[in-house]
Formats: sequence, C-alpha cells, structure tokens
Amino acid sequence: MPRAVTTRRKTVNTLAAWAIGLLIFFPILWTILTSFKTEATAIADPPVFLFFDWTLENYAVVQERSDYMRFLWNSVIIAGGSTLLGILVAVPAAWSMAFVPSKRTKDILLWMLSTKMLPAVGVLYPIYLVFIQLGLLDTRVGLTIVLMLINLPIIVWMLYTYFREIPGEILEAARMDGATLKEEILYVLTPMAVPGIASTILLNIILAWNEAFWTLNLTAANAAPLTAFIASYSSPEGLFYAKLSAASTMAIAPILILGWFSQKQLVRGLTFGAVK
Amino acid sequence: MYPKTSLCVASVIALAAATAAHAQATTITIATVNNGDMIRMQGLTEDFTAKNPDIKLEWVTLEENVLRQRVTQDVAAKGGQFDVMTIGTYEVPIWGKQGWLVSLDDLPAEWDADDILPAIRGGLTVEGDLYAAPFYGESSMVMYRKDLMQAAGLEMPEAPTWEFIKQAAAAMTKKDKEVYGICLRGKAGWGENMAFLTAMANSFGAKWFDGEWKPQFDGEAWANTLNFYMDLMTNYGPPGASTNGFNENLSLFQQGKCGMWIDATVAASFVTNPKDSAVADRVGFALAPDNGLGKRGNWLWAWSLAIPAGSDATDAAKKFVAWATSKEYTRLVADKEGWANVPPGTRTSLYENPEYTKAASFADMTLASINTADPNRPTVDPVPYTGVQFVAIPEFAGIATQVGQEFSAALAGQQTVEQALGKAQALTADEMEAAGY
Amino acid sequence: MATQHSRSAARLMMAPAVVLLLGWMLVPLAMTLTFSFKQYLPLRGGDLGWVGFENYVRFVTSSSVWPSVQATLVIVGGVLLITVVLGVLLAMLLDQPMWGQGIVRILVIAPFFVMPTVSALVWKNMFMDPVNGLFAHLWKAFGLVPVEWLSQASLASIIMIVSWQWLPFATLILLTAIQSLDSEQLEAAEMDGAPPLSRFGHIILPHLARAITVVVLIQTIFLLSVFAEIFVTTQGSFGTRTLTYLIYQRVLESQNVGLGSAGGIYAVVLANVVAIFLMRIVGKNLDA
Repeated sequence: MPRAVTTRRKTVNTLAAWAIGLLIFFPILWTILTSFKTEATAIADPPVFLFFDWTLENYAVVQERSDYMRFLWNSVIIAGGSTLLGILVAVPAAWSMAFVPSKRTKDILLWMLSTKMLPAVGVLYPIYLVFIQLGLLDTRVGLTIVLMLINLPIIVWMLYTYFREIPGEILEAARMDGATLKEEILYVLTPMAVPGIASTILLNIILAWNEAFWTLNLTAANAAPLTAFIASYSSPEGLFYAKLSAASTMAIAPILILGWFSQKQLVRGLTFGAVK
Repeated sequence: MYPKTSLCVASVIALAAATAAHAQATTITIATVNNGDMIRMQGLTEDFTAKNPDIKLEWVTLEENVLRQRVTQDVAAKGGQFDVMTIGTYEVPIWGKQGWLVSLDDLPAEWDADDILPAIRGGLTVEGDLYAAPFYGESSMVMYRKDLMQAAGLEMPEAPTWEFIKQAAAAMTKKDKEVYGICLRGKAGWGENMAFLTAMANSFGAKWFDGEWKPQFDGEAWANTLNFYMDLMTNYGPPGASTNGFNENLSLFQQGKCGMWIDATVAASFVTNPKDSAVADRVGFALAPDNGLGKRGNWLWAWSLAIPAGSDATDAAKKFVAWATSKEYTRLVADKEGWANVPPGTRTSLYENPEYTKAASFADMTLASINTADPNRPTVDPVPYTGVQFVAIPEFAGIATQVGQEFSAALAGQQTVEQALGKAQALTADEMEAAGY
Repeated sequence: MATQHSRSAARLMMAPAVVLLLGWMLVPLAMTLTFSFKQYLPLRGGDLGWVGFENYVRFVTSSSVWPSVQATLVIVGGVLLITVVLGVLLAMLLDQPMWGQGIVRILVIAPFFVMPTVSALVWKNMFMDPVNGLFAHLWKAFGLVPVEWLSQASLASIIMIVSWQWLPFATLILLTAIQSLDSEQLEAAEMDGAPPLSRFGHIILPHLARAITVVVLIQTIFLLSVFAEIFVTTQGSFGTRTLTYLIYQRVLESQNVGLGSAGGIYAVVLANVVAIFLMRIVGKNLDA
C-alpha cells in the first residue's frame, strides 16, 4: 500500500491538503470565533480574527434566555430514538433482501427510496391533521416516529449494500454445520456486519439531528430540539451575529464532537455498495 | 382568603392549598417573536409567576418568519399548541372574524382599555370586540443624521415632502466615504419591502385594489411610487439594498452609513442607544414624507398578544396577557431597565408621563406618527379594505410576498419597473381569482 | 440456496419496514390527493367543496411554475456537478501520503455535521452580507465593489452553500472507493510512462464510476427537497424559488391547501421521473 514518494512531493501534498481543509473548515471556525466576540466586534470593519477581547458573555446570555439542556436532551432522544427504532426495523428487512433475494427485491428497494421524494412541505398539512387526531403534536414520540420513517429508506439501503458484501459461502458453511436461522444471524452475520451497522447508526444520527422541517413544524415547547433553539436566535431586531454564533456553536458542537470521534467507523461503512 | 383564626389551621390549609395548586398548576404555552422587547418580557416573568404561583409559563421564542408560519399553521388546523400567540394587526382582524380568537373585552377594569391609543385599539377590534392586547405599537418615521444634514446646509422640517427627501439624500450621499443618503427596505416580503412600499404608495395616491377588488398595479400612481423609490435607491442608496430589511438597515444606520432611514418608530430606541450605535447623539426624527395628497407614507403595526379559541387554559392566559400589557408591566421595565426601554406605542398614559418623554427623545414623534396613521381610511381614494401597509384579507401575505419579490428583483436590476408592475398585476389578479373574488 | 422456509421467514422480516413505509407514503398521499381536488382554504373556512382538476390547471398555468422547475434542476445539477468534480479531486489529494492526514480529513468532513439552517445563516450573514460579510471586506481589500451575493448571484450563492454542505459526503464515498483501487495497477501504468491525465481517464475514473453514481443518487434525493437554505437566505426571491418552495408558498403563505396539494402531486411525479431515470443508470451500475 504505502507508495514510495519523495519528501518534496509529500510536502506539497501536505501543504495543499491543509490549505484546502482549512478553507473548507473556515466557516465553522469563524462562527466559533465570532461567538466569543461582543456584538460590536462581530461586525467590526475591518474584521478581527484572533486579537480581540474574548468574552463568554454570549454563552451566558443564551443560557439565561433558553434552557439549552432541554433542547439538547430532546435532540438526543429524538435522534437516538429514531435511529434505534429504524435499525430495529431495517436490519431484518435488509438481511432478507441481501440473503434471500427475490425478483422483486430490487423494486422494493427502489420504491422505498422513492418514498423519500415526497416533498415535506406538500404533506405538512395532512400530517399535521393526523398528528392532532393521534395527539402526537409536540411529543418526542411523534417526532421520533416521523424521523424514523423519513430515514428508514436510507438505513435499509445502506445496510442492504453492506450485507451484500458479506460472502454467501460463510453462511452456507454455517448452515452445513446445522446453525439455525437465529444462530446464523446472531453469531455469524452480526459480528461481520458491525462496522456497517455502526456507520449506518452514525449517519442516521447526523441526519436526524440536522432535520429542520418536521422538528420545527411539529413541536412547540415540550419536544422542541436544537433546530428550534436556533430559530430563536436568527434575525431578531438589532445586532445578533455574536449571539447567533454562540447558539450555533452550542447546537452543532455535540454532533461535531461525536462525528470527529467516530469518523473512522463512519467512513468505514459509508460506501453504499460503491466499492467492490 | 382564609380566616386567620388559628395560625396552625391557616398554615395547614395554606400548605394543603399550595399542594393542591401545585398539583393542578396550569401551564400556558406562549409563542412569541425573538425581538428585544419580548426577550425582556421573558426575563421578567418571575414577577408574574410570583403573583400567580398556580400558573406555569412555557416559552416558544422564534424568529419572525418561523413564528408566523407556526402559529398560522396551528390556528388554521386547530392544533391547539399555544395558549397565547404573538400576532400583529394584520392577523387579528382576519382571525377574529373567523372566530379563532378569544375576545378580551372582559379583562379586569384596572387594565384600562380606554388608555390604549385609539389607532392601535381600532386595529385590534373586530365588530366592537377587542381580540388582542397590544404589547408594543409602532408607526414609521424619518430618522436622520443631524450632523450630515447640517453639513449639507439643509434643515429637516417636521413634516417633509418626498421631494425634500430626495434633495437631502442627494446632498448627503458620499459614496467614497460609504455614506449613503437614504436607506430603505428592499428585501422581499409582505412585512419587509411591501410594508414600506404599500405605505409609501398610499402617500402617492396609489392603492392595492379598487371597489371591485381589481388590482391597481397597472395605474399611474404605482408607477410613480416605484420609479421614485428606484430613483432614490439606485442613486443614493447603499449597495445590496435589495436584500436589506429592517435589521440590515439598522446596522447600517448604527454604523453611520445612512443619512436618512425611513422605518419603524421602534428603531429610534436602538439608534439612540450609545451602547450599540456609533451615531446615538446625532439622530433627529421627522414624520414620514408626503406628496401633499393628504396621506403620509407611514404605517401602523402592533405586536399583540392574543388567545386562540382552542386554548384549554383561557383564564390563565388572560391573566398573563393582562399582566404583560398592563401599566404595571411598563413600570416594572422602567424600574429594572430604565424608561427608554419600556415597550412603546400602546398607551396614552405613557406619553403623558414626563419621566418617559424625558428619557425618550423620540416619544413625541412616535406618538404623532401613530396618530396620523388610519387603518380604516388608509388611502387617498376610498378602498374596500382596511390596513395601512397591508390589506386585511387572508390572501394578502401570500400575494404581497410574491409582489415584493418582483419589486426586489427590479431593485436588484434584474428587471425594469414596468416588467415588475406587469408581473405584480398579473399574479395578483391570478391569486384573487383563485381565492374566489 | 434459499429454502421455502427461509423465504417465508424473509418475507416476515421485511414486513415491518414495508408496512411502515407503505403507511407513511399512502396516508399523506391519499389526503394530499383528496385536498388537491378541493377548494380548501383554511383561512376562509376550510373545505369549500370539490373543484375537479381546477387546482391542477391553475398550478401548472401559473407563470411561476416553469421557472421554479428550472431553478430546481439548476440547483440539483449545479450542486451535483460541483460536489462530484471537487469530490474526486479532493479524494485523490487526500489519498496521497502526507503529514496529518487524519486532521485534514476531520476538517474536510466537518461541514456535513452542521445543520442546514445554521450553515445557511452563517453563510448569509457572516460571509455574503454585502456590508458586514467577510466577502465584502475581502472584495474591498482588493479595491473591488462588494458583490451582492444573494441578489445578483442568488442561484450561484445557494448552490455554493449547499455544495459546501454536501462536498464532505461526496469526498468520503469517493475516497473510500479510491483507496480500494489496486495501487499496483496504477504504478504499472506509471512505469509504462502513461501520462497522469490518461492514468486518470483510463484507470481512476472507470473505477470511480460506481461510487459517483451512488453519490449522485443519494444527493439527488436530498437535494430535490432543499428548503431550509432557501427559506433562510432569499425566501424564494431572485429566481431561487424551487418547486418545493413554490409549494410552500401556496400552502403556508397563501394558505391555499388545495392548490398547494396539487403542486405537491406534481412534485411527486417529477421526483419519480428523476428517480426512474436515475435508477436506470444506477441499477445498471450496481448490478455490474
């Protein structure tokens, strides 16, 4: 694997990659920096980068105004719950599609993906009416179910492509040894599928965490996650860049940290069958 | 409440009462905008909960666009998510007529409904019933830089004409120094550029609809309005004006980049606040301009608290609404944050209070502006609708936002005034037909 | 290899997912279809009776429809083009040996973790604002007149914001694909004196074909319904009104549920046309 390269080439690579990486990361960095400025410094002309009076005032103001932990907790429950539920439903489905394919497997898979194309704004009104009937408005249960359904096609597909890469011979060997279906899934498949499942879970948590249409429109006070938290800091009357930056940093920090720590797992399974 | 015959009995009863009250504490959910005055109210709720220990408050604070979408959706589908909604003078008459709001005529006497400014009260009343309590009210006026005006050798009259505004804008503009004679809203939206332009059009003798609900964008008056606006903005306005709303102009003005700014009267307390504004000590105020036709280009708006008919905690909600819009609340804010920060524009008594008029240099002009706006006779010619910078029909928000996008595109130089007016006329006629007029 | 027993077990295992999605699709779809044949105005009393195909005719004859379909396609196409091209280049660069590869990879994937609303707010206010934005300062530093991004280059700005969010996703999938490339094959080609461009065209690109189709498929699904980025930045003005946004305006701003529902049905049809078109290509590629 490691290719022999000259130090010069490696230096050029490093410089180019770091420059591009920092460029891509810059908007996030700038947001974090701005969150430590005063409102006046945030719109200073010319802009200041590092040499200003760092202040935690914005975070204090944001925390005083809204109960961050409550929004955070809702986000955790909704993103985590919908992912867990989705995995429970998707693993058996993906397993059977991958190992007992029929003529219609592909059609079913494509149909599932096509349900994601229903434009959310078009069905908001019907869903809202259904939610009123079921008493699910502004509940974490309701949101968890909706987000699970939205992301289910992606989960099934991701797992399916991953399961398909598991060689069938291993299963046959297990069957020869007299393994039951349950044992086959539990002891043979699951260990091999763990990386795929892990990365599916991660991707799904990210998607659910960042979903901003249903989470805003189906909640009020009780189930509102961080997307609603952000909506209370954008564009009020008066200066808001610094406070918005602080709120943004607080909203993206948990998922950013999770993503960074688990990026190896995320990347390993994130192939969607693209690699043979 | 309880006879104090025995300390022991009293305390037992009180304890029992407290437990009972705690057990059935009513929770009211309040949807509100993330503007400064509302945030302040949120911070002061302890005063309310101390007086009403059996009521718990839940806040849903959202940005204006999201809030509007949320509450409209909820009230229209009868979702019952909110007990108190923050809405404006546009929604109140429409929703009130639909029977979606609880009448507030039975608020306690000390709330003093007669103290509410008549123009504001008129905007929140439907067929004799008050359907919302005003939290703060605003009109629009000219805010200008006294120093730049002086340097230009001009003097701002108390009631300027549009011609004078143009002359002054030309004299104050120094583009090389990033000083622009005039800043006006250009960002598309019925509550953004269309609020300004509709009010401005009133002073040019234009109107949205005639007696048969036919849109009037093909008339000369609208062409005059829009051409004048475009002339002002392209020659003396800031760059990027087509995306500037209230906020963008506010920060431009505070940084000293605008000579004049015609916008909401509530902006006055921001631009004169030395903490945020670099020009705090150099701002003057004047009435919105006119063209000698009998109407000025100022609007009327009041962010108000209303109770949707589906609420299951109407009594608790009424208590809260009465508290938040009372004279006592005004005093509470004055005690904690100073008179300049009290919510303006709703009560006569506030403008008769010498402490307030001393602290707020803009008080007189604000009151005069509010008083010259007449939502029931907004235009030069008679029209079948009410509302100064809007038309109080349910279709207006949707139509005006699309019209605003056409005007905004014209300001950005993507189409001519004639094209924009032509499209506005066509799409308004279209939508009105779809709505069954 | 599949026995009758395992076949029925397989069906049983698939059932929950299929039933749930069927319900999620059919219930709102049926309601939307019903509304679309009605004059349904919540602000005027709700259901005002059946009107046949009137909503469909009205929606499609409105002057805003074709521009909105066009805007949708331009945004989807633009973002796909940018993320795939830059994604391939970036993936090739990240595949090279370098110092601090892990950190660079973290920097590159970070935008994917940011909520669309947050990234739209940050770009709009702190970068593209023609007065206070960083771009405006940058332009002025070079003596240029700041660009009014969201009005003069509105579509391009939105494509840029959305591309920034999706570039990490494309890069990651493409990077995994590149890493699976047999490096001996490449070295052999290099030894044979094949110029870099032909190595790229003959070995790398064909190898990536599959990954690219996957990126295109997944992103298209998400991009067709882009909403938050437009809601936060231009609110549909300056030619950025996509089909999704037009439906939003009909349903929520005009509160005309019937008309909006008809638009929703059109959007479903359009989405499925695009989907079938894509599936054809992807299906072929995935079978291979």
